[in-house]
Amino acid sequence: MKTEGTYDVQAIRAQFPILSRKVKGKDLVYLDNAATAHKPLAVIDALVHYYSHYNANIHRGLHTLADEATTAYEASRTAVKDFVGASSPDEIIFTKGTTDSINLVAHSWGKSFLQEGDEIIITSLEHHANIVPWQMIAAEKKAILRVIPIDDNGILDMEAFKAMLGPKTKFVSVIHVSNALGIINPVEEIIRLSHEQHAVVLVDGAQSSVHLDIDVQTLGCDFYVFSGHKIYGPTGVGVLYGRRDLLESMPPYQGGGEMIKEVRFDYTTYNELPFKFEAGTPNIADVIALKAGIDFINSIGKPAIRKHEEMLLEYATAQLKDIAGLRIIGDVKNKVSVISFIIDGVHPQDLAILLDNQGVAVRTGHHCAQPLMHRLGIVGTTRASFAAYNTLEEIDVLTQALNKSLKMLL
Amino acid sequence: MNNQKTIKNIEQDLIDDFSLFETWEEKYEYLIDLGKKLAPLDPAFKTEDRKIKGCQSSVWIHSYKKDGLVHFEGDSDAIIVRGLVGLMIMVLNGQPSKEIVGAPLDFINTIGLSSHLAQTRSNGLRAMIKQMKMDAGVLG
Repeated sequence: MKTEGTYDVQAIRAQFPILSRKVKGKDLVYLDNAATAHKPLAVIDALVHYYSHYNANIHRGLHTLADEATTAYEASRTAVKDFVGASSPDEIIFTKGTTDSINLVAHSWGKSFLQEGDEIIITSLEHHANIVPWQMIAAEKKAILRVIPIDDNGILDMEAFKAMLGPKTKFVSVIHVSNALGIINPVEEIIRLSHEQHAVVLVDGAQSSVHLDIDVQTLGCDFYVFSGHKIYGPTGVGVLYGRRDLLESMPPYQGGGEMIKEVRFDYTTYNELPFKFEAGTPNIADVIALKAGIDFINSIGKPAIRKHEEMLLEYATAQLKDIAGLRIIGDVKNKVSVISFIIDGVHPQDLAILLDNQGVAVRTGHHCAQPLMHRLGIVGTTRASFAAYNTLEEIDVLTQALNKSLKMLL
Repeated sequence: MNNQKTIKNIEQDLIDDFSLFETWEEKYEYLIDLGKKLAPLDPAFKTEDRKIKGCQSSVWIHSYKKDGLVHFEGDSDAIIVRGLVGLMIMVLNGQPSKEIVGAPLDFINTIGLSSHLAQTRSNGLRAMIKQMKMDAGVLG
């Protein structure tokens, strides 16, 4: 039962300094990876190395440090291009994170191409980051926001989606993997159907980028967005992949340095892609260190990590189902290593507090998906999410800690 | 019943009680027990607009004046937070408005519950105390 094959989870854990710390006197069991993943030493070292050896502003300086920083920054762009299978680094825009990427698209694309009466479609599973920017631009443009319904298990109603699609559909923005429930949405089909109606499609990859093999050209999406910190990289850096012709057609999101070609007081011409969308001094250090996060994933390989995470998911699902009164929300086959659950008569916050006292970090609450919780008729869930470095033993600790918490609460 | 005791006195009693707890389990079992024993709040006071909205749990505080002193009742949908409501009522109930408003409530740190004042749970204990002090100020 407890064989982990050739996957050397202990060797992987050894790369993460934080995993050896104690919380309230107990070994940390970190199961909040869907919120943010920990950083391997290589990522931390990349940050330190940048600031200690070649800190400089990029692209315009003509000295050695600027050369080195620019080279490292652009190497990261190429690494991201390969990570998502884009055809050119020009299609990779660095942002602050997933939220920033979506806001960029909603603002820039929406401002130019949305008209009164146009329809934007999202799903019932969206994170607030893929709801609010669309509400804002829809209100501004008098466009209509439509929502694909789900069934009680969180599965998208594709028939309803098909009925919703039409000539008025201009944009479809969908979460690839539900952050709250872990469900993988059929984005390939959504993209295909949307494109039949000439609608533009954004895939929110905040949760999928770390678990699933992503090839934006195979997927066929127009935009794919994700955050660095969820793929073992630093916080404060995110990615917007956009199809070149779309990005070319969109106006800049912010004005400033770096994004310009020529500035006079009476006119400005804009820089080429990707710089057109990277106004001001970017987050150089974190962009550079993001490559170390991607390298970490590539050093093991996503399929191997996925296999390990699926084993953890299967084991944890079986363990948790043995707990009386526990119900997994979104208990479906096609999901990533996330278990969201509720327990009869137990408030998630109480569980989180008692689990924390046992060294176990989980996430509780609405997971920034209040409309989803509302649809499911619950206030929130407790969510355990597993990463490359989690072990079966940690799931045993979770189960024991849960049982102990319930004994105290009930 | 707390009329003769000052807020400081009650805080000291709690510090003494909590010092007997050797494990985190005992401390939280005490809070859970307190939560379970807290008298239920009249549903008329548990309205949406009276809710102190937290990120994860909801808290209601009902404050009123009797015999020149401020009294509190309260509730929460989470049991540990309900225990914290009970704890704060224990400390502040039946005290003069001025004393409540000015109470530094240092005991929270001493009994090891300061994590409940942390930003992530800022809408829990911190918001609860803010509401109680504000109510006391208004009731004068």
